[in-house]
Amino acid sequence: MYHAIVFLPLVGFLIAGLFGRVIGARPAEIITTALLAVSAVLSWVSFIQVGFGEEPMIRVQVAQWMSVGDLRVDWAFRIDTLTAMMLVVVNTVSALVHLYSIGYMHEDPHRPRFFAYLSLFTFAMLMLVTADNLVQMFFGWEGVGLASYLLIGFWYKKDSANAAAMKAFIVNRVGDFGFLLGIFTIFVLFNGVTFDAIFPRVAEFADARFHFLGIEWHALTIACLLLFMGAMGKSAQFLLHTWLPDAMEGPTPVSALIHAATMVTAGVFMVARLSPVFEYAPAALTVVTVIGGITAFFAATVGLVQNDIKRVIAYSTCSQLGYMFVALGVGAYSAGVFHLFTHAFFKALLFLGAGSVIHAMHHEQDMRNMGALRRYIPITTAMMAIGTLALTGFPFTAGYYSKDAIIEAAYASHTSAGSFAFLATVIAALMTSFYSWRLFFLTFEGNARWSNADHHAHGHHEGVEHDDRSHDVEPATHADHEHGHHGAHTPHESPLVMVLPLIVLAIGAVVAGIVFHDAFLGHGYQEFWKGALFTRPENTILEDLHHVPGWVPFLPTVMMILGFLLAVYMYIVDAKKPAQLAADHPILYRFLLNKWYFDELYDVIFVRPAMAIGRFFWRTGDQRIIDGLGPDGISARVLDVTRGVVRVQTGYVYHYAFAMLIGVAALVTFYLFRGAH
Amino acid sequence: MFGFGILSGLLILPLIGAAFILTLRGDSEAARSNARWAALATTIATFVLSLVAWNRFDTATASFQLVESHAWLTDTIRFKLGVDGFSIPLVLLTTFLMPFCILASWDSIGQRVKEYYVAFLVLETTMIGVFCALDLVLFYLFFEAGLIPMFLIIGIWGGKRRIYASFKFFLYTLLGSVLMLLAIMAMYWQAGTTDIPTLLAFKFPYNLQIWLWLAFFASFAVKMPMWPVHTWLPDAHVEAPTAGSVILAGVLLKMGGYGFIRVSLPMFPDASVYFAPLVFALSIIAIIYTSLVALMQEDIKKLIAYSSVAHMGFVTMGLFSMNEQGIQGAMFTMISHGLVSGALFLCVGVIYDRMHTREIKAYGGLVNRMPMYAVVFLILTMANVALPGTSGFIGEFLTLMGAFRSNTWVAFFATTGVILSAAYALWLYRRVVYGEIDKPALQTITDLNRREIITFAPLVLLIIYYGVQPGPILDTFAVPTDALMQSVQAALSTVKTAAVAAH
Repeated sequence: MYHAIVFLPLVGFLIAGLFGRVIGARPAEIITTALLAVSAVLSWVSFIQVGFGEEPMIRVQVAQWMSVGDLRVDWAFRIDTLTAMMLVVVNTVSALVHLYSIGYMHEDPHRPRFFAYLSLFTFAMLMLVTADNLVQMFFGWEGVGLASYLLIGFWYKKDSANAAAMKAFIVNRVGDFGFLLGIFTIFVLFNGVTFDAIFPRVAEFADARFHFLGIEWHALTIACLLLFMGAMGKSAQFLLHTWLPDAMEGPTPVSALIHAATMVTAGVFMVARLSPVFEYAPAALTVVTVIGGITAFFAATVGLVQNDIKRVIAYSTCSQLGYMFVALGVGAYSAGVFHLFTHAFFKALLFLGAGSVIHAMHHEQDMRNMGALRRYIPITTAMMAIGTLALTGFPFTAGYYSKDAIIEAAYASHTSAGSFAFLATVIAALMTSFYSWRLFFLTFEGNARWSNADHHAHGHHEGVEHDDRSHDVEPATHADHEHGHHGAHTPHESPLVMVLPLIVLAIGAVVAGIVFHDAFLGHGYQEFWKGALFTRPENTILEDLHHVPGWVPFLPTVMMILGFLLAVYMYIVDAKKPAQLAADHPILYRFLLNKWYFDELYDVIFVRPAMAIGRFFWRTGDQRIIDGLGPDGISARVLDVTRGVVRVQTGYVYHYAFAMLIGVAALVTFYLFRGAH
Repeated sequence: MFGFGILSGLLILPLIGAAFILTLRGDSEAARSNARWAALATTIATFVLSLVAWNRFDTATASFQLVESHAWLTDTIRFKLGVDGFSIPLVLLTTFLMPFCILASWDSIGQRVKEYYVAFLVLETTMIGVFCALDLVLFYLFFEAGLIPMFLIIGIWGGKRRIYASFKFFLYTLLGSVLMLLAIMAMYWQAGTTDIPTLLAFKFPYNLQIWLWLAFFASFAVKMPMWPVHTWLPDAHVEAPTAGSVILAGVLLKMGGYGFIRVSLPMFPDASVYFAPLVFALSIIAIIYTSLVALMQEDIKKLIAYSSVAHMGFVTMGLFSMNEQGIQGAMFTMISHGLVSGALFLCVGVIYDRMHTREIKAYGGLVNRMPMYAVVFLILTMANVALPGTSGFIGEFLTLMGAFRSNTWVAFFATTGVILSAAYALWLYRRVVYGEIDKPALQTITDLNRREIITFAPLVLLIIYYGVQPGPILDTFAVPTDALMQSVQAALSTVKTAAVAAH
């Protein structure tokens, strides 16, 4: 069964990729979607078997990959509750996104390619979550990176999309740099890279030391820090986050699948998978907590002022990933993973909902040109409302259970890092609520700003010059040109293939918390996880978070309500307020609007120096110094002498070549004989 | 067959083909066509013969196999051939790549067609000779003889600055090998033989090892090429015809790495241990420096040439990390790089044949007119940046792991190559393949034709196959690597004992 779950998407990729042109777009769509649907159903079966049945951890050997010295790497699946849960997340969202894309991409001439990429992504992601060793995980890790690169750059005619695709791949590679070194460290310590070889022996190395870059480290700490660097890249954590907002250049279903629900959570998965190792590296966990806290806060601040509907959700994703890492960092792995699980539903819902809005608006993404859409696309509006409620943690929705658990765990950890993270996540909860409702009101409420808005002359809605970039807008594909962007026609509700996935995800966003929180976090913990997440006996955080002071569990809800009221005030009651605020604080506003100037900073620190150094090495190092001192001087002389002499012509060539061969042989013979006698 | 074995057959077969082409008369289209087909048939026959050799090869032993020995210059300097686990994959790589070179030259070589194929077939003999020679003099002879046809291929069928490039190539490599010749003589005086298996067992005194190592290093480092003697390579690549670049990157560069593992490491283990930090330093510089240089190139071939230098940095780093992962990874990188860079140069050749320029600026948006080409180029680009699932990953991963076990600093700096390679390779891909077609000259460019598809299909399939199942190649290296490790370990322990005694 696990072979089928993992390899069916690969089959879909090969069929759509190799024969897409032959069989046509519609068959390619149906085949890939159907195969994914089968995978998704099987994943649920396995999830129920593994999570709620008696089956212990299963290992499925597929083939050997490589065997060099002590290094043995297999292609193999490790199926435990954590994997089964990820299978469900990945395949469910992927199947729904496949289905949704049939509607969303229906005007695109390259649909077979699109569906092939989606299936390729799913396959790589499945290899990642089923990996039974670090190298296979790295295979999936880079594989999803490739698929992400291809899908972000799907509209390859757009320069901005190509730039974003490249950026995503390269920034991820920075993280992979750490991941690779982490794998090597683990290998040197444990003499193996399979989880079975690592996990049972971690305690032996609890106090081991390791020399890395001339410094003696606590071995497991440095290993975990290096591995976490990989997680930071993939999960767009602070400092390595810059690629994620740009990744919104890809088609919206891609953003939902890859940049919200699955790929970006790979880092969270990795840390959770390696919980037996991280448990013995408290310093590394502190770093995870702090980075998570900073990301949760930082991304939320940027999300407050973005005008592109997808970018708001992208920063929201970034922020929510920070929450997950906070949970992991304070030792509440199951809370982090639970948030991963619920987040997949409501964030995919929000993205697909945004896609439905964009579809309705004919590829308009700027919220300043929307408004009052509630009347035109009621189903989408309702679904977006559910997603927003779940994201902001409205009681009894999915986000309520998982997010509040994280905030409580941060409080309960009683470490300084935990306190910082508690503060950061609470403030971020306020901002989350605000920007989510801001998005909702700007899009669905208020006046319709699209009917008479000229696309090329946006009103300066928020008062200050904005970094408006026309490339934020998804390209209208060929068939789309004729109806223009902002003609007199009205926005329309999306077709059933697009609405259906929204409804399914909305159900998940509502019930995922209620149904599963007991298994993930509560009394069912042991029976559900069966040791897939490891905690040391002295780690009692899951117990402690039930005994926090009475005001703590209410704090997130209070924040949510405050954020909601603030949004109501600023975008419904007094719609001039935002522009006024922005005008009053231009520096802060620009700082946030330009995402804390990280792109500009990295450009100055890394990109331009690398290019300048490269040019210097080439022009000065290679051409002036090495060649100038070496061959050019000599060869210039040689050329002078030989220019008139050597005529490389027919006939002459062979004599010349032959003479040289003979010459070499004669020389060798001569010297050797002289030497011998 | 007159007491000659299968390896002699591999050497003679291309020469027979060359002789046959020489007998063709005239320069008519028919004669040219015959020359092409004869060359193709010869290279395919040679490849088949090498498969037979591969079939008879036993991977379970580290000793030389298919050995044949004939009297040559003296009783001690013999015409002795044989292969072990390190050399047979390189022989196969050579014979495998040759038919592709012939195919790639099919339409693009328009003048002196017969001579061109003769040069290529002679080149094949010398390359196979290098990997099969079991006598140092014979090794040297083939090592140097290969220069001549390559020199001619660049100098006659090359681009605008071909004379400059061919002389640069020749000067660099010849100067290096003069020292190698001296070293071989010194070894002969010391050991009384140039027989490689005997020399492998011979223990050279420590001081002599240092000098011999340096002399061989001069030659192998140029061939590799290692920084700072790498500047001949970009020029040679840029000016060489496509097939010349394929062979240059695919096989000729491997002679340096092969030399290290055949001569330097096993014969001078103490010196190798002594000089390992130097090699590490040069390897790291090569990886970072040439990757950055590659980033700024304006010529597609030059960019790939610089990336080859960076990859060879991984090879030398892996070899001198002196553990299983490093050595096997380095050998695997050589094979993988032979396939990947060879195919990449073929890729450049495809668009060069159509547009007659290698300027990156002259291209853009090729995917619109050449979707198949874009797919092939993408897979090769990904193999070049060592994406897992392609053969490039196995080699890079193993060499880095080997280096990490040996010295974390080395691995730390070398791993930055992972980031830099992604930067230059993806940027190239973006500039050439993605975007709109806005250059008038590109409006009519055509996608891969049947001959080109036939050329790329096996290469691409092998690159992916060996990325998923590297076993067939890695297992071949396993036993000789163990043997090599043992001799190096013995040397290492004596060095340590000496160090202890000195204190």
